[in-house]
Amino acid sequence: MNNMIVFPLILPIMTAILLVFFRHNIILQRIVSIITMAVVTIISAVIVWAVPVHGILRLDFSGWQPPYGILFVADSFAALLVFTASLVTTIILLYATCTIGEKRERNFFYTFVLLMIAGVNGSFLTGDIFNLFVCFEVMLLASYVLITLGGERVQLRESIKYVLINVVASWLFLVALAYLYSTLGTLNMAHIALRVTEAGQGPLLTTVSLVFLAVFALKAGLLLFQWLPGSYSAPPPAVAALFAALLTKVGIYALFRTYTLMFTHDALPYRLIGIMAMLTIIAGCLGALSGRDVRTIAVYNVLIGVGFILLGLAIGTEVAFQGAIYYVLHDIIAKAFLFLCIGTMIYLTGETVIDQMSGLIRNYPVFGWLFFIVMCALAGIPPLSGFIGKVLIAQAAVAEGDFLLIAVGLASSIIVLYSLLRIFLSAFFGETIIPLGEEMPLPKTVIWPIIMLALLTIALGVGAQAIANYVVHAAEVLANPTQYIDAVLPEALKKGM
Amino acid sequence: METLMLVLIGILVSVATYLVLSRQMLKVILGTAILSHAAHLLILTLGGLKKGDVPLIEESPGPYTDALPQALILTAIVISFAVTAFVLVLAYRTYATNGTDDFTALRGKLDE
Repeated sequence: MNNMIVFPLILPIMTAILLVFFRHNIILQRIVSIITMAVVTIISAVIVWAVPVHGILRLDFSGWQPPYGILFVADSFAALLVFTASLVTTIILLYATCTIGEKRERNFFYTFVLLMIAGVNGSFLTGDIFNLFVCFEVMLLASYVLITLGGERVQLRESIKYVLINVVASWLFLVALAYLYSTLGTLNMAHIALRVTEAGQGPLLTTVSLVFLAVFALKAGLLLFQWLPGSYSAPPPAVAALFAALLTKVGIYALFRTYTLMFTHDALPYRLIGIMAMLTIIAGCLGALSGRDVRTIAVYNVLIGVGFILLGLAIGTEVAFQGAIYYVLHDIIAKAFLFLCIGTMIYLTGETVIDQMSGLIRNYPVFGWLFFIVMCALAGIPPLSGFIGKVLIAQAAVAEGDFLLIAVGLASSIIVLYSLLRIFLSAFFGETIIPLGEEMPLPKTVIWPIIMLALLTIALGVGAQAIANYVVHAAEVLANPTQYIDAVLPEALKKGM
Repeated sequence: METLMLVLIGILVSVATYLVLSRQMLKVILGTAILSHAAHLLILTLGGLKKGDVPLIEESPGPYTDALPQALILTAIVISFAVTAFVLVLAYRTYATNGTDDFTALRGKLDE
């Protein structure tokens, strides 16, 4: 049972290496990569099911008992994220097969997508903070290649900035690790948590935790997001959807792990995260309102999502964690959905500015109503998936008296609705400028992945009760870190404290 | 020895910061390379410089030197080597396609 949790990392890596040898057989590459991701999705579904039944799963590599070796730990939070990320990647790969273009496919597109998802899944599952750094780098190196693949002018110009800012962020990560290791003498996350409790979280440890906050805020796009709008609108739609759905979520996951497991004894970081989240939401709203390019509007919506999820961390109660978990799962699906819709609009019209598009709903009725669904989902209209997360976070905020946080959070829903409604009214309604019958045909392979994401967002909204068990379990572990520590560390070590 | 190392790290970081803040792409990349060297030295120094024997249990009674920082640095060096190689190629391609290596000229507007 425990060996299972290495598959979400190892299967994509092995397939990725295998595909390098079949560079010119594109059909094979498509089929194998999609099947691999489907298998990973099924395995991660089993992991999600197994965690509440068998307790938190742990895998010690080469039999080194914690805290000495590197280990993988799957609690419900990590398992749910791995499952959703793998599922969404499978669907985006389906979309990519017909939109990404043969030139990119021949240049190892699928290999790098698989390597990136391996890094993402590894980051979610690892229980060792240096291993988290390594998984981050695997993910980032693959993303550097994906963002530059194709070598267009704008792409290269934006990606060099993306790469350099991430190199500097990784440097900060190393510095934080150096200080952490010299203070606590361990890299196992559960052991770090134990030693922080043991020694008390003094000013030095809080400072170290703030360096981590800076690192992960850069990766998640929390306040330090200035690199994000440019670099997420440069690559082709399938890649942009992958980035928007997954990369910021890894940063968010790392923030949750750091501040619910390791550095829980000082209120300062939570207050800082709350302020940073509010500023991120406000900046995202301003960007989404001012943009005329559909990609700009979509990218700033990513920032609003990031801010909203981290409101849950800033509030810091169990209900807030439940809301944040629902919302992060929703956000992975809905952001992939939004970016695929935006990408399809650009593909169909050849335009990126909303004023240049009009009346698409008469040319493509199904696609038009799909955009309507994603708009409602992102705004949080029931019964779609965004609603339940927003309600839970709002409940927790009211119970804790954090009225300012939640006022900003809920006000942003209206801005999200307005910014997407602007696209909807301008691009889909209005006079049809493309004569009926002369529009660009919409291939079935393009529309089906989008329909699948629409069904997912409806399923997550309507079937919220079905996954409630797992979400409650995940939030319980986040709120009581001792459960995580008990599952990871052997008894003898804890008696010694 | 530790103090000396920390002074050296400080010098490396200040040189790297100066380079990273420049406008020329190649200088920025060299800056990030130096920055990563500073981080590696920092891990080595903070992990404790060599105090004891090689950690082979049967060869020596101890005390042993902590081998972990060196393992960490080895990993970090490999990563920074790969990233630097990639960024150099990327910088060359960006220069060849956009015709400039000056970051102010590479700014670009999102709505264009």
